[in-house]
Amino acid sequence: MSDQTSPAAPHTVTRVARTPAANEEPYLEVNDLHVQFPTADGVVKAVQGLSYSVPLRRTLAIVGESGSGKSVSSMAVLGLHDRRVARITGSIKVGGQDVVSMSDKELEKYRGGDASMIFQDPQSSLHPYFTVGDQIMESYRAHHNVSKRKAKERAVDMLGRVGIPNPRRRVDQYPHEFSGGMRQRAMIAMALVNDPKLLIADEPTTALDVTVQAQILDLIADLQRDFGSAVVFITHDLGVVAEIADDILVMYAGTAVEHGPVNKILGEPLHPYSWGLLESIPALTGEPAPLHPIPGSPPSLLAVPSGCPFHPRCEFKDRVPDDLCRTLRPELISRTADLGRTSRCHLKDPDRVFETDVLPRLP
Amino acid sequence: MLLYILKRVLSAISVVIVTLVASFALFFLAPTDPAGVICGPRCTPERVADIKASLDLDEPPLQQIGAYMKGIVVGRDFEAGGTTQHCAAPCLGYSYTLGQPVTKLLAAALPVTVSIVIGGAVVYLIVGVLAGTIAAQVRGTTLDKAVVGTTLFVQSIPYFVVALLVALYATFLPQSGYHPFFDNPLTWASGLLAAWLCVGLTNAAAYTRYSRASMIETLGQDFVRTATSKGISRRRVVYRHGLRAGLTPVVTIFGIDLAFQLTGAIFTESIFGLPGLGQLTLRAFGQYDLPVLLGGVLVGSVVLVVMNLVVDIAYTFLDPRVRLG
Repeated sequence: MSDQTSPAAPHTVTRVARTPAANEEPYLEVNDLHVQFPTADGVVKAVQGLSYSVPLRRTLAIVGESGSGKSVSSMAVLGLHDRRVARITGSIKVGGQDVVSMSDKELEKYRGGDASMIFQDPQSSLHPYFTVGDQIMESYRAHHNVSKRKAKERAVDMLGRVGIPNPRRRVDQYPHEFSGGMRQRAMIAMALVNDPKLLIADEPTTALDVTVQAQILDLIADLQRDFGSAVVFITHDLGVVAEIADDILVMYAGTAVEHGPVNKILGEPLHPYSWGLLESIPALTGEPAPLHPIPGSPPSLLAVPSGCPFHPRCEFKDRVPDDLCRTLRPELISRTADLGRTSRCHLKDPDRVFETDVLPRLP
Repeated sequence: MLLYILKRVLSAISVVIVTLVASFALFFLAPTDPAGVICGPRCTPERVADIKASLDLDEPPLQQIGAYMKGIVVGRDFEAGGTTQHCAAPCLGYSYTLGQPVTKLLAAALPVTVSIVIGGAVVYLIVGVLAGTIAAQVRGTTLDKAVVGTTLFVQSIPYFVVALLVALYATFLPQSGYHPFFDNPLTWASGLLAAWLCVGLTNAAAYTRYSRASMIETLGQDFVRTATSKGISRRRVVYRHGLRAGLTPVVTIFGIDLAFQLTGAIFTESIFGLPGLGQLTLRAFGQYDLPVLLGGVLVGSVVLVVMNLVVDIAYTFLDPRVRLG
């Protein structure tokens, strides 16, 4: 997960959160979400008891390694899972309506209207056989009863807004005639064409090179300011998180392990898994030093470890008495005087452990 | 695009020429004796020599092939028994045994085969693609398993058995036979109905499997997920976004299949009594009727290269990423 990290040194982030989160009405509210996939080998528990909320005009970054459930949970928010395959329980409230209990017809109306999604790889996420304009128009016309001409005007307008030069000509081109960055801009134009109040960006910069990444991040931040939407930004790149997020949700094995404002989580994380993430970022200054990866590999979601799912890979589990980490699943609770942040760990004094054991090792 | 087509046509012509030369060579390498066949059981060496001379079979093979090729381009004169018969270009010679120009025989047989194959193709494309697409959507369910099982069953029976069973037992279908389309389209269709159903339903099994596999793959693609995320109906996602991409490989197979079926509808023609290309060449084969045989080979190779060209050109319309130049 360290290969994509940008030069920002996250633990020194001093930026203040833009607005206090506490008194804002959440637009997206996920409560005790479970997503399971019954397979021939057993039930894959992809998401287990996930809860979070995002108000309008704020950005929540969900970080975690592959298989931590970040994409699966976000697809559930947009109602994209095949309900014959996925078992989804809990509630996902978007602007007051519950996505989990929607009918197929209601879901169709909801998707792409109030909420939309930018996908990871614009190369494979755009249809190769239809023009970019055609694809944007389809999105617009699915939610607005307008003529093709009007919809095309809108598509040209959107392409211009996401910074595509010469949109009137570009609108009739196919995705393969666009460069990678331009394709992602077109994807963003498509996602925003209906002025969604909730935008989910699933690793939108992973497939792009670093200079284009920065442009796309700026674009998303700008557009969010204009549109005033709530943004859920899925990534495994902590540099990107420091750049764009107000809050962070760290996921591990289908569940939240730490949640709070970005400067707090990156500056003084309280969960051993978050520590591991920070340690695995390479130092770009000074002598080249070996990386510190988190030992072991992510657990199988078919058989999630007992107790704290992170315990087999945790170097601090011996500091918790009575083998608690192996036997008891910790709750997601407030660990410090900060009410805005929570973590899921049995350690009694995680802030002190971070300062004495982890901080000196960070690059 | 034009330059591309021109290049392809030139290469197609060379393929046809090579095929003709190879067929010629095979004919002379094999122990064939058309003069003996024509002459019959009570035959004298002089008579055989006469026949050979009248068919130009006494000339060296290279000269014969030269004369044949020349005949296609500028026409050719045949001398038999003191009279001269002019054969206008494109001249493919006269049948040894039927005494008619090969072009006339082919012109009579080709529409029959084309009618059988095109009609059958309409049936198997509609049935196959539809069944495959539906099965792909309900993958893993009982319906899907039933569809796959049926295709397996149909595909395991040899085609001529199916055709025979249809011809013998499907007596509720109109009497099979060929009536030219331009005489009366209705009798044309009713005479071919049994053959169409037979060709169509047996081939539909294969097309169901192609379409099912292709659609399963396509429906798992990222752009299908994107389409779903736009809020359009499932039907639109499957048929506009999925089928459009999923059909491309099926079109490739279809082009090649069509070419093979046009040259190999022998079972269908024989069992349903339709005087098509397959029957014509099969008979020619048994009687060492070289001109007719070569005519069949010519038509077959032309159809094959033309279908390949058509598939390639169709691709540029299906997939905008393919640009010919």
